Amino acid sequence: MPSPNWSRAVLPDDWQQGGFGLYLHWPFCQAKCPYCDFNSHVAQHIDQTRWLNAYLAEIDRYAAQTRGRILTSVFFGGGTPSLMDPDVVAAIIARIKSHWPTANDFEITLEANPTSVEAGRFSGYAQAGVSRVSMGIQSLNNRDLQKLGRRHTVEEAYKAFDIARNHFDRVSFDLIYARQDQTLPEWKRELTQALDLAIDHLSLYQLTIEQGTAFGDRYAIGKLRGLPADSLAADMYDATQDICGAAGLSAYEVSNHAKDGAESRHNLIYWRYGDFIGIGPGAHGRLTQNGIRYATDTVHNPAIWLAQAEEHGGELSRTAIDPVDQAGEYLMMGLRLSEGIDTDRYAALAGEGLDPQSLQHLQDIGMIEALGRRIQTTPKGRLLLNAVLETLLAG
Amino acid sequence: MTDLNKIRNFSIVAHIDHGKSTLADRLIQETGTVAGRDMKEQLLDSMDIERERGITIKANTVRIDYQADDGEKYVLNLIDTPGHVDFAYEVSRSMRAVEGSLLVVDSTQGVEAQTLANVYHAIDADHEIVPVLNKIDLPASDCDRVAEQIEDVIGIDATDAIQVSAKTGQGIHETLEAIVTHLPAPTGTLDAPLKAMLVDSWYDSYLGVIVLVRIMDGVLKKGDRIRMMQNGSIHHVDRIGVFRPQMEMITELGPGEIGFLTASIKQVRDTRVGDTITHEKKPCETPLEGFKPSQPVVFCGLFPVDSAEFEDLRDAIEKLALNDASFSHEMETSAALGFGFRCGFLGLLHLEVIRDRIEREYNIELITTAPSVIYHIYMRDGSMIELHNPADMPDLTHVDHLEEPRIKATILVPDEYLGDVLKLCQDRRGIQEDLTYAGSRAMVVYDLPLNEVVFDFYDRLKSVTKGYASFDYQMIGYRQDYLVKMSILVNDEPVDALSTMVHRDRAEMRGRAMVEKLKDLIPRHMFKIPIQAAIGGKVIARETLSAMRKDVTAKCYGGDMTRKKKLLEKQKAGKKKMRQFGKVDIPQEAFISALKLDN
Repeated sequence: MPSPNWSRAVLPDDWQQGGFGLYLHWPFCQAKCPYCDFNSHVAQHIDQTRWLNAYLAEIDRYAAQTRGRILTSVFFGGGTPSLMDPDVVAAIIARIKSHWPTANDFEITLEANPTSVEAGRFSGYAQAGVSRVSMGIQSLNNRDLQKLGRRHTVEEAYKAFDIARNHFDRVSFDLIYARQDQTLPEWKRELTQALDLAIDHLSLYQLTIEQGTAFGDRYAIGKLRGLPADSLAADMYDATQDICGAAGLSAYEVSNHAKDGAESRHNLIYWRYGDFIGIGPGAHGRLTQNGIRYATDTVHNPAIWLAQAEEHGGELSRTAIDPVDQAGEYLMMGLRLSEGIDTDRYAALAGEGLDPQSLQHLQDIGMIEALGRRIQTTPKGRLLLNAVLETLLAG
Repeated sequence: MTDLNKIRNFSIVAHIDHGKSTLADRLIQETGTVAGRDMKEQLLDSMDIERERGITIKANTVRIDYQADDGEKYVLNLIDTPGHVDFAYEVSRSMRAVEGSLLVVDSTQGVEAQTLANVYHAIDADHEIVPVLNKIDLPASDCDRVAEQIEDVIGIDATDAIQVSAKTGQGIHETLEAIVTHLPAPTGTLDAPLKAMLVDSWYDSYLGVIVLVRIMDGVLKKGDRIRMMQNGSIHHVDRIGVFRPQMEMITELGPGEIGFLTASIKQVRDTRVGDTITHEKKPCETPLEGFKPSQPVVFCGLFPVDSAEFEDLRDAIEKLALNDASFSHEMETSAALGFGFRCGFLGLLHLEVIRDRIEREYNIELITTAPSVIYHIYMRDGSMIELHNPADMPDLTHVDHLEEPRIKATILVPDEYLGDVLKLCQDRRGIQEDLTYAGSRAMVVYDLPLNEVVFDFYDRLKSVTKGYASFDYQMIGYRQDYLVKMSILVNDEPVDALSTMVHRDRAEMRGRAMVEKLKDLIPRHMFKIPIQAAIGGKVIARETLSAMRKDVTAKCYGGDMTRKKKLLEKQKAGKKKMRQFGKVDIPQEAFISALKLDN
């Protein structure tokens, strides 16, 4: 008798419906921003050659496990990867291309800070093969940039943006809103200014106070004042949808807006629940091997990761994910996208479909829409995604 | 066996916090009954809840050997009784097993309502009473004033009142001497047929049911075959002993003595408190006058938060009922809460104690529904129904009228708070029966509906008098009034567990208060939720809980997946503490909190 899982085993690997990417984490910054809870460190001296060799060794190791796959995208994240020497970036990209065939719309993104020093390296990155930069502009207001602990000015950001525009096919930038003391008209104005730039992709994040950050510490003792109430934050979100939509950059994800075709291919892998290799300190991965999907992780400390990568590989652990949990992850990530999820794909992973009563209820109250095999969150539902997920996962 | 003349049996009467348990501890310590190293506070209170709340729930006994100043050795048997009104029945029956009482009054506070209620039990039992003024070490102590108050309010002579500090030990020796010299020795006939009073019984997991007895006549020996005169059952006595306060086995108990027996009895229900125990072969002629069995007066539903724990709850309730014949239970099904039990209690404290024990000792989280009393519903066809649960209210077209239980409440309060107390009683539909003064303290007597008292009356009384009022009550019977069932609808669906019986004139006020409270207690949902109070089909109060607007993680990329999933699982666990009604999650505490009135 075949096992009950037998029918699932003959399906094509689920990850293929989301693509296959490679994330590379550069853990260093010149300064730590008070809101940031990413794995970033400030170091005096960085031996870039040593880091390059460790990355290359990891790339070789993963390549051996994923032969024959077509690579959708590469993402240099951080930290501040625009502190990397362009030659290092070039060597990494060359090694990647030597291992995997790449997709027709292959994308290589590098996160960059909009300072003049970093903008000076943009042509080098472009020559190395980077096709897209994602710039951490964060605000178009110098007072707020200072509050956010950023080391650039608005004027510098504009210049860096122009330089980027000249070197890369695609440029995106991040803004943080729902900031301390920010009003709705102020944000509308700032967003409109941002959209006046020749831009095809924007990441617009509401400020989130995370534990273990400087803001988190201040918040815990009641010293972080002027944060907007949820109702104002919701109004700002609604205004963001309207303004960006009118400018042709509607939301394709909770916090991401793009012109048609300008979406981040790499980030879509996460949200479409594909496979991705995570290289570098603190990087996570999802990797399917012999029909089993694994979660991989790494140590956070840069020095320890470097030593481990040099010695025996930088992976800390590899844990098989139960198909039901995979379904949960797919749902959690997929409903962030305006395109939503494929209910058949969900059911194939979960072993059963989503609870029809919960779905009906969420439709009745305007949180989701069902279109054939797909379900999608409405803009209202996206802003309440945690509650939507809770309902679906509890069902 | 002890010579009758060398026995003194007594109890201690006191208001809560007046130092009864500390005094008992001191008496035990002073006589060397318990070695110093084994001393812990509130020796006689064995349940954690008793120690924590500083109250005594079950009667406890201790046998103390005392070498008196007259050179003779005496045996003193102390029965420590509960102080709270809910357990008045325990007090009254314990009193019947002893000949005297120490009346302990806090010399910084004076006589309180519970002191009064309990001292009357002692007087009813023909006790010799020795007044003891406690806490004389405190600067606020005023022995003259309090002694005068004892004479005025209670009407007993307090000129020889002993001045004691149970804390420092001052006056303890004098107290022991007064027990020996002022209290009478018990009477009884050694060679008469055995006649023993069943004072109390409880279940012990090693020994089975332990029966506390007071021997009136004759001798009870290990190995005897005994008969319970009321239910006729025969048992073989396998152990006899006394409490010091640990169990100490002996071979026999003679007239006037207090001790325990075990006889392989499986259930507390098989032993009827107040029953007379005699020998099978040579029985006594007339049994003792029995006690009135206690009746539950307050009812509520207990439901497991996790419906999978219903069987565990059944198990816990049955075990607790083994040891507490005054606590009743029957299975109940609620549309809202699933399977649970409708339980009857002697009062609110009793309810809280049982609930705490289930949660703590059996580790089951509970939803407690609104406490209710028993209403008498007179139907048009002339029949009468006892209503224990508002959800069971019959169709009004068949109802002729309703009667509700009333109580006589006695409240003692410093006169500066009198106005607030009168207002509170008036607000709770009270009828003033008496108002007298003793010094600067007023004693008010009110006729009140029990359903107005059952819920948070005592809390409110404490709060409006800053804790200075004391309160006691007794049931006085049923009276007709205009009562209606008020339903609560959440998101247009009735929540049966929130139904209450209210007086028609107060329904709007209560309804408004409840829907306002619920609006705060229910978390926001993805949609707006109407919360309504209704009588029949008529809505009398309404609030709307607005929808939540933002609940999303701004950033979620590959590295956030695992962390984010854990967060969702945590949220899901939090949701388990709520109950779903239609599409609305209601937190468990809402079922009780919604009823608390702030005015």
